[in-house]
Amino acid sequence: MTRVFVPRDAAALAVGADAVARAFAAQGAEVVRTGSRGLVWLEPLVEIETPAGRAAYGPVTPADAAAILAGGHHPLALGDIERYPWLAGQTRLTFARCGVVDPLVPPGFAGLDRAREIGPDAVIETINRSGLRGRGGAGFPVGVKWKTAREAAGDLKYIVCNADEGDSGTFADRMLMEGDPFLLIEGMAIAAFAVGAARGFIYSRSEYPHANATMARALEIAHGDGLLGSFNIELRVGAGAYVCGEETALLESLEGRRGQVRAKPPLPAHRGLFGRPTIVNNVLSLAAAPWILQHGAAAYAALGTGRSRGTKPIQLAGNVARPGLYEAPFGLTLGQIVHDIGGGTATGRPVRAVQCGGPLGAYFPPALFDTPYDYEAFAARDGLIGHGGVVVFDDSVDMAAQARFALEFCGLESCGKCTPCRLGSKRGVEVMDRIRAGREVAANLALVEDLCETLKFGSLCALGGFTPYPVMSAIRHFPEDFAAPVTAAEPVG
Amino acid sequence: MTSLHPADWNPDTARAIVDAHAGLDGPLLPILRAIQAAFGCVPKAAIPFLAQALNLTRAEVHGAVSFYHDFRDAPAGRRLVRLCRAEACQAMGGEARAAGLLARLRLAWGETTADGAVTVEPVYCLGLCAVAPAALVDGEPLGRLDARRLAAALGAA
Repeated sequence: MTRVFVPRDAAALAVGADAVARAFAAQGAEVVRTGSRGLVWLEPLVEIETPAGRAAYGPVTPADAAAILAGGHHPLALGDIERYPWLAGQTRLTFARCGVVDPLVPPGFAGLDRAREIGPDAVIETINRSGLRGRGGAGFPVGVKWKTAREAAGDLKYIVCNADEGDSGTFADRMLMEGDPFLLIEGMAIAAFAVGAARGFIYSRSEYPHANATMARALEIAHGDGLLGSFNIELRVGAGAYVCGEETALLESLEGRRGQVRAKPPLPAHRGLFGRPTIVNNVLSLAAAPWILQHGAAAYAALGTGRSRGTKPIQLAGNVARPGLYEAPFGLTLGQIVHDIGGGTATGRPVRAVQCGGPLGAYFPPALFDTPYDYEAFAARDGLIGHGGVVVFDDSVDMAAQARFALEFCGLESCGKCTPCRLGSKRGVEVMDRIRAGREVAANLALVEDLCETLKFGSLCALGGFTPYPVMSAIRHFPEDFAAPVTAAEPVG
Repeated sequence: MTSLHPADWNPDTARAIVDAHAGLDGPLLPILRAIQAAFGCVPKAAIPFLAQALNLTRAEVHGAVSFYHDFRDAPAGRRLVRLCRAEACQAMGGEARAAGLLARLRLAWGETTADGAVTVEPVYCLGLCAVAPAALVDGEPLGRLDARRLAAALGAA
């Protein structure tokens, strides 16, 4: 019986992968459901097992199943997908197995085995030397966080995985949970071993029902098979609050309260969940640990640029010809990402703006496409790479509408603790409406700038603190959109 | 998540849900999610009930319920469309797609059609940004949305 690999990644399901899987099964093929390879414009991307290896086809419809199984030339044939330039150009460490394996078959835990061989202190030293920084966006050195929690006094410590991936344009956490959940579980077990934590939580999103189902099943298997020893991991699902991606709001939510941000200090590593020492790491930070343990800190640190070491799973989305997940060492330029990898816009119109780092990230114009993809280089240009989202817009975008949306989103999702974020965001929307109506534009722009300063310095967390990035970058780089009355476009909200 | 078959408030059901979560640390959110799954919403009667059962104040329970966008005070329609309004979907014309659907159903965001058939809600990112514009229809993902695909997913609604 021919084995056929069909993704059940939510993005593949969203474009008909289930119907494709049924069509292959109806033709008598043995269908194996995998995660996604990340070449999302080719989804549903199907691979057929042949004596010469896997042969890929995409985007496949149910009507194609019979002809593909019959063999011979097919117009959707892509050949060996690992030689396909978009995939061959990547350095897949975290996503090496994603899209290849059945996500619910436990692999060996070679990284965890290595961790147990060398002991907790050497694990932390290895993570430190690898240069791994927080992949959620803040870029804090992971090893330093682990060391702090290890040294904190306490008989019960927690590992919390932040899987509340709320940034628009990002889907790497979702893809990994759906395509290789055991890598995350192994990473959490390594962190738990290093800091001496007995319990773990994965805090995911209600917007990710498929990831949650796969993750829950993988946890059942891991616990049932005794893969984690005494370490216990529980999956918790949020309830639609963007701010719960902020680590202290996430902890409040886990404890059963409104997701309101806590002031720091105390650091969660000292006093976190239920007042205990707690590591809060992003999915991708934890999932990087097994590779680092298995292959060594030097191998990881050899990749990347400046103080940004290792690989970053870049997520290309929005109006782009080849959207998907592209894992590469830091250092590609933004222009390479958008044009060489992304292939420019999906609509074929010129690229006008690229928002990097989610709804709190700056809009970059093509004039800044020489910016290297690394934490410091983006910061130097008043931007951030965040969780790795890159959202492309063509020349039909109205940047004043985008700036207004950033403020509106801040208001919608504000936890309410800090006044500039809770109220300033609402006033900001009103001022933007006056600007878009052409009323006292210069004075109102000055007011927005002043408001952004207040947000930046008067907010406890990144929601209020970073909302100025999209707003001010839109004003600075696209002043022409703020100059004249807008008549045609409807406000976003 | 919302139930497509909402039930009337029933304290025995609620008690069973609380008991099933008794072993959890910080159980309020999982309990509220289970309550909404059972009743289609978080009924008003659940708030004093949970406060009593969990030894919390009513304000603490109400505060949590009102904070999270997912919790509703009345059941959704028989079909629930959660349309993404975040940037990646905006870049692919999601707002126009949404406006078209809302106009066709004569709804504003968050409303349910008069016959109780469809509720349309905004959502800010489903992680389906590479197949934008995207939606979840009754929990099933739908990408590369156009008017035809959206209409097909909703059937005759």
